[in-house]
Amino acid sequence: MVIERRWKKWVFFYIPLTVFVLGTLFPFYWMFVTAIRPDAELYRSWRAVNNAPFWTLQPTLEHFRDLMAKTMFPQWLWNTFFIAVISTAISLACGLLAGYALARLKFPMAGALGTSIFVTYLVPPTLLFIPLADIVRDFQLGNTPWALILTYPTFLIPFSTWLLMGYFKTIPKELEECARIDGATRFGAMTRIIFPIAVPGILSAGIFAFTLSWNEFIYALIFLSSPERKTVPVGVVSELIRGDIYFWGQLMAGALLGSIPVALVYSFFVEYYVTGLTGSVKG
Amino acid sequence: MAQVMMKDLNKKYDEVHAVKDVNLHIRDKEFIVLVGPSGCGKSTTLRMVAGLEEITAGEITIGDRVVNDLPPKDRDIAMVFQNYALYPHMTVYDNMAFGLKMRKFPKTEIAKRVGEAAEILGIQELLKRKPRQLSGGQRQRVAVGRAIVRHPQVFLFDEPLSNLDAKLRVQMRVELKRLHDRLETTAIYVTHDQVEAMTLGDRVVVMKDGWIQQVGEPLELYGRPANRFVAGFIGSPSMNFVEMTIAETNGALWADTPGIRVKVPPASAARLGPYKGQRLTLGIRPEDLRVATGSDPADYSFDTVVDVVEPLGSEILLDVKAGSNVMVARVDPTVRAKLHDKMRLSLHPERVHFFDLKTELAI
Repeated sequence: MVIERRWKKWVFFYIPLTVFVLGTLFPFYWMFVTAIRPDAELYRSWRAVNNAPFWTLQPTLEHFRDLMAKTMFPQWLWNTFFIAVISTAISLACGLLAGYALARLKFPMAGALGTSIFVTYLVPPTLLFIPLADIVRDFQLGNTPWALILTYPTFLIPFSTWLLMGYFKTIPKELEECARIDGATRFGAMTRIIFPIAVPGILSAGIFAFTLSWNEFIYALIFLSSPERKTVPVGVVSELIRGDIYFWGQLMAGALLGSIPVALVYSFFVEYYVTGLTGSVKG
Repeated sequence: MAQVMMKDLNKKYDEVHAVKDVNLHIRDKEFIVLVGPSGCGKSTTLRMVAGLEEITAGEITIGDRVVNDLPPKDRDIAMVFQNYALYPHMTVYDNMAFGLKMRKFPKTEIAKRVGEAAEILGIQELLKRKPRQLSGGQRQRVAVGRAIVRHPQVFLFDEPLSNLDAKLRVQMRVELKRLHDRLETTAIYVTHDQVEAMTLGDRVVVMKDGWIQQVGEPLELYGRPANRFVAGFIGSPSMNFVEMTIAETNGALWADTPGIRVKVPPASAARLGPYKGQRLTLGIRPEDLRVATGSDPADYSFDTVVDVVEPLGSEILLDVKAGSNVMVARVDPTVRAKLHDKMRLSLHPERVHFFDLKTELAI
């Protein structure tokens, strides 16, 4: 065993790690402090006596109350949840089948197809929304949740297809060959053997897809117009910023509440998530 | 229980012709081993029998059914893979029961069969474990157990012992042989290990570059190899080959090369007639060379210099040089030999093999 000098560990490990963790967590802390700070503290001058930008001595839940009662935040939360869940489900179903086919089946142009699916993922949403807006209008989906449920898969499917394809490739193909000899059809081998083994990969694809659609902003901003149809990211920004007036307390309360579901999802599945990305099956 | 017939079997990938015109009749209850170096087409042949690879041309019959277009599950076969291919998310019991469940066997029958197989293989205590909690040897047993519970018509083994350590491999080899004697199910076994092939096979099929080189019982392959490849592939250390010229002196044929001059044994003389004045390959196995004594006929002896001595305990392998020819001789452990010693060796006249230089076929 190599005995390293202690200062090396501090300089190259603990100190950078501490800086990184503080840097990552600070915005969340700021969000939290702002959300529980009374308006009187929020809008006073920085040079005021007793100003304490990093903490507050009079925490209040007033902003949360206002957010729930005076805005349509609960409705936004529900909209976001509904859209995220359905578009994730659609994308996972497509990604599972496509990923499996690309990883396992031999067919002409399989490689080219895989690459082109990936390339579609690289088209920035800021460009793609223009033609999509046209399609959404033609199908009269504007201002309905379906405008988002059907457009989110444009980036979710390529993403989950690639993630799952990579995961399927780590599973030895003998497993399903054996299942097929044992009496399963190809489809049976896929659903009974491969999918159960791929649960970590499927979960990480699901978490990713859910997070991406939960946080999505541009499409939601463009395709939804009436306040009661909006999602959390768009609703908070468009209804709580009136011209140049920022309702900071409610904004931050909304942001905080909006990030809780995602944080919960991650913390529940973090172990699967890691194995899903590193991909490991031990027979 | 069934015979397996392969008729003009061919497999072509885009550019590779992996299996070429394979014709093979595997008899009912026979244990047949396909052996050859990697890339010789043995695994591809097996996978075509299993239905995992499509057949480019030709026909495979299992029992009396042509199975070319049957999916693997309808061929009534069971396969054991090199990496065991146990389902990691199922217990040992469920692994073994999977094939029966898929075929909708009643629960009591499944329990009975799994129990029987577990007993045969001595894995009753492991039934509730997951594959990752098993050692390599135990996993191999489970994989075999999963195959035998099905009572299939044919067992297919794809290098099943290659992932085991040397000691365990020998032990499992014996168990497989015992298992086959007990179950009497037709078995096709693929390996690159010629010792496995020789010890397990009722008959052995040697393959190279997609062609069958020779089919025969183990000792037949060893004693009468059909060509130079088979001669060199079967046996360890492998047969010595020396390129020689055939010439006639005083009415007898002699094989000659700088450093070695031996008489062609009378048994081969007639067949070698047409090669008079030509070159060919002489093959002699290490154990058919011995240290010459005074009573050995001078016609079959030649002088060598010891190059390497490898004492193995029960025998000694001598790497010797005769002229520029390098040979290995397997001699008695009592022989005292040192590096650079001069040593006169004598070959066993009835066990000399001759091969055509071009076609490499045995003469």
